Amino acid sequence: MFQIVKKEQLNSAVTRMEVEAPFIAKKAKAGQFIIFRIDSHGERVPLTIADTDAQRGTVTIIFQAVGRSTKMLAQMNEGDFLADFVGPLGKATELEGYKRACVIGGGVGNAIAYPSAKALYNMDCEVDVIAGFRSKDIVILEDDFKKVCNHLYITTDDGTYGEKGFVTNKLQELIDAGNQYDLVIAIGPIPMMKFVSKVTEPYGIKTLVSLNPIMIDGTGMCGGCRVSVGGEIKFACVDGPDFDGHLVDYDELMKRNTFYKEQERHDAEHCRLLNQTV
Amino acid sequence: MPNMAPKKVPMPEQEPDVRNHNFEEVAQGYTEKMAVEEATRCLNCKNKPCVSGCPVNVRIPEFIAKVAEGNFAEAYKIVTSTNALPAICGRVCPQENQCEGKCVRGIKGEPVAIGRLERFVADWYMANCTEKAKRPQSNGHKVAIIGAGPAGLSCAGSLAQKGFEVTIFEAFHTAGGVLVYGIPEFRLPKEKVVAKEIEKLKELGVNIMTDMVMGKVLSIDELFDEMGFEAVFVGTGAGLPNFMKIPGEDLLGVYSANEYLTRINLMKAYQEGYDTPISHCDDIAVVGGGNVAMDAARCAKRMGAKNVYIVYRRSMDELPARAEEVHHAMEEGIEFRLLTNPVQILGDENGVVRAIECVKMELGEPDASGRRRPVPVEGSNFEIPVESVIMSIGTSPNPLIRSTTPGLEANRHGCLVADDHAATTREGVFAGGDAVTGAATVILAMGAGKTAAESIEQYILSKQN
Ligand SMILES: Cc1cc2nc3c(=O)[nH]c(=O)nc-3n(C[C@H](O)[C@H](O)[C@H](O)COP(=O)(O)OP(=O)(O)OC[C@H]3O[C@@H](n4cnc5c(N)ncnc54)[C@H](O)[C@@H]3O)c2cc1C
Ligand SMILES: Cc1cc2nc3c(=O)[nH]c(=O)nc-3n(C[C@H](O)[C@H](O)[C@H](O)COP(=O)(O)OP(=O)(O)OC[C@H]3O[C@@H](n4cnc5c(N)ncnc54)[C@H](O)[C@@H]3O)c2cc1C
Ligand code: SF4
Ligand code: SF4
Ligand code: FES
Repeated sequence: MFQIVKKEQLNSAVTRMEVEAPFIAKKAKAGQFIIFRIDSHGERVPLTIADTDAQRGTVTIIFQAVGRSTKMLAQMNEGDFLADFVGPLGKATELEGYKRACVIGGGVGNAIAYPSAKALYNMDCEVDVIAGFRSKDIVILEDDFKKVCNHLYITTDDGTYGEKGFVTNKLQELIDAGNQYDLVIAIGPIPMMKFVSKVTEPYGIKTLVSLNPIMIDGTGMCGGCRVSVGGEIKFACVDGPDFDGHLVDYDELMKRNTFYKEQERHDAEHCRLLNQTV
Repeated sequence: MPNMAPKKVPMPEQEPDVRNHNFEEVAQGYTEKMAVEEATRCLNCKNKPCVSGCPVNVRIPEFIAKVAEGNFAEAYKIVTSTNALPAICGRVCPQENQCEGKCVRGIKGEPVAIGRLERFVADWYMANCTEKAKRPQSNGHKVAIIGAGPAGLSCAGSLAQKGFEVTIFEAFHTAGGVLVYGIPEFRLPKEKVVAKEIEKLKELGVNIMTDMVMGKVLSIDELFDEMGFEAVFVGTGAGLPNFMKIPGEDLLGVYSANEYLTRINLMKAYQEGYDTPISHCDDIAVVGGGNVAMDAARCAKRMGAKNVYIVYRRSMDELPARAEEVHHAMEEGIEFRLLTNPVQILGDENGVVRAIECVKMELGEPDASGRRRPVPVEGSNFEIPVESVIMSIGTSPNPLIRSTTPGLEANRHGCLVADDHAATTREGVFAGGDAVTGAATVILAMGAGKTAAESIEQYILSKQN
């Protein structure tokens, strides 16, 4: 059992939690993830490790309530226990040796991008962050990012906060202005990662994206997390979740992730914890 | 005078058309009367050929004699003196190739139903004796076990009985390995059998830590250097699914058998009240011919599929699955497309499986395995319309441990190298089960766990002197 020791609402749909998991806290590196299960009847759901505190033995997760399991998790409070919390899974992002990086997050993807920005910054890399959101009311992590980058650019699709436009526009602008990135990290909705990769491809800038296929075990034993990268089948949970953005088959991933949509929609309408329709 | 009936006392079973709609156990077990009757078929042979067929040398004629006398408690003691998990082995051992394959009664009729009797004895004991296992006095030595499958569980049990302080580290949220995530409920009940066996280990003092993916959360070096373990047993199984690398395996609706079975067995996708989703469809092809393929096919039927096809490239004679499973699968209406090999999986405009394209095979010269090699018949391609394909063509060991443990060697198939005493190439590290042999059987994994326990005991005690 793993206790939730801190809970904070970042916006109406995104929650930050600190969970007591000392073994994981000691080991986790940027880019790795955990799998949680609410209770004995829950499904196994992956979430990125947003931060750790080895001293206190806690792991921070930041998640968006999108379906049944994440909605139930958002209902839980400080002091409650999760049945399972496994990790650190996946490969750590390779961040050694870069001088100038641009870390790009889209929506809740910013939570996944944050630890990479922090790790790069602590390794004396010059870090620009482009944090993109649909609108002002869902902006998250602004203060956190400020502490771990040289420049923070916030964009909103509707222009209600920061600069109006998509993260890809901002990236193009920064490249055009002469910024010589040797690494771009893009994490967010699949189309966003696809288009960021399209922007960087002509310049040959190394681009890492973090893929989020549906997973079960997270240890390589089911193959449910298969993704096509450079024409090869990879298991995202053990070979990733980071991959070369220029080699990923995004369209296939998009299809895979909607496979259980019908069933999940039906399930999401009924919350087991509250025992009511939500 | 022994009972000379040529056939085994029949096993009470759910009717095929009933059971292929539920997940209750197919074989319901002998009654006391049936067990005694079957036990009297044993000739109590002096040279005990049956025992030589059993990988853990269960004292077969002795326990059967006790069953015949109606002394089931004593029979249980005899069985468990060499086999820690009889309720499981009695259900899943491929007896026809092991103990029963060697039984002299099998020459002129059916062999003695050794597996069924073993199961009966274990079930009887669980139902009638509730006394708790006694926790032995600790000898102060700590041993770590990685993986809670049959290999790890049996190693833990043997060591705990001798007073070692044993901790099992298991990656999944439940202990049991393939017993809980692979073999379905209708062949091996999880609560009634597997969980009870594991409970007994806990009574012996075995500490089980789930949610621990070793190699990630802790390394073997840390177990030795920081946590004070004196020896480590690796029983991590062979859980990595193989794919055929044919076109279309990335389509939606293509599962590995591991994923399909895990969703159903471990995550209980078939039961109301569990959150795990699974696809339901009318037509499913399962590629492969082993136990895993039979289990996947029979699960698919129970999940409501109308047509379930086993697609296997060799013939009936080469099917590697247990005879009983093949027989049960046929009774349940699974269709066997033998001498048939998939060449590609075809999808619709949404990327969802619509058919599997196969080619007919014929048997040629024997290959390295001694089985006749299947060769494709030119131009015999045809399609089977299906909405889902389950790939069940074997698994290989997970590289997590070997890639994070310096000095631990594996062969080119990824199997850990271990000698006859289960010692690996790294001092203090022992290994057994599927992680060493590749996918094999429950009883071989248990036997390896037991051997390793003896080696670990010797290793630790010799170091002390
Ligand atoms: C390695 C990894 C790291 C992740 N890190 C984070 C994180 O830090 N924060 C966060 O908010 N989310 C993260 N995700 C996504 C998160 O796992 C999904 O949002 C979650 O599985 C949804 O579960 P649910 O039961 O709440 O919703 P469901 O009811 O399962 O699904 C709701 C909707 O989301 C879709 N969906 C289901 N699973 C996924 C998935 N894995 N990715 C994308 N869409 C999915 C469904 O098709 C459906 O449309 C991560 C995913 C992976 C694989
Ligand atoms: C569907 C199916 C049906 C089968 N039917 C039969 C049958 O009828 N009869 C028969 O005799 N055999 C059968 N088998 C084969 C048999 O189940 C296996 O040979 C046996 O379970 C192997 O035991 P094991 O302990 O070596 O490994 P496993 O049972 O695979 O257990 C390994 C355990 O280690 C854990 N693990 C792996 N990596 C790590 C890690 N890094 N850290 C922590 N834990 C880890 C796994 O989660 C798992 O719990 C079947 C197998 C399958 C898949
Ligand atoms: S353990 Fe298996 S092989 Fe040995 S006697 Fe029992 S059923 Fe037969
Ligand atoms: S070989 Fe058969 S008949 Fe002989 S002792 Fe063994 S089980 Fe009994
Ligand atoms: S989640 Fe099962 S193999 Fe990746």
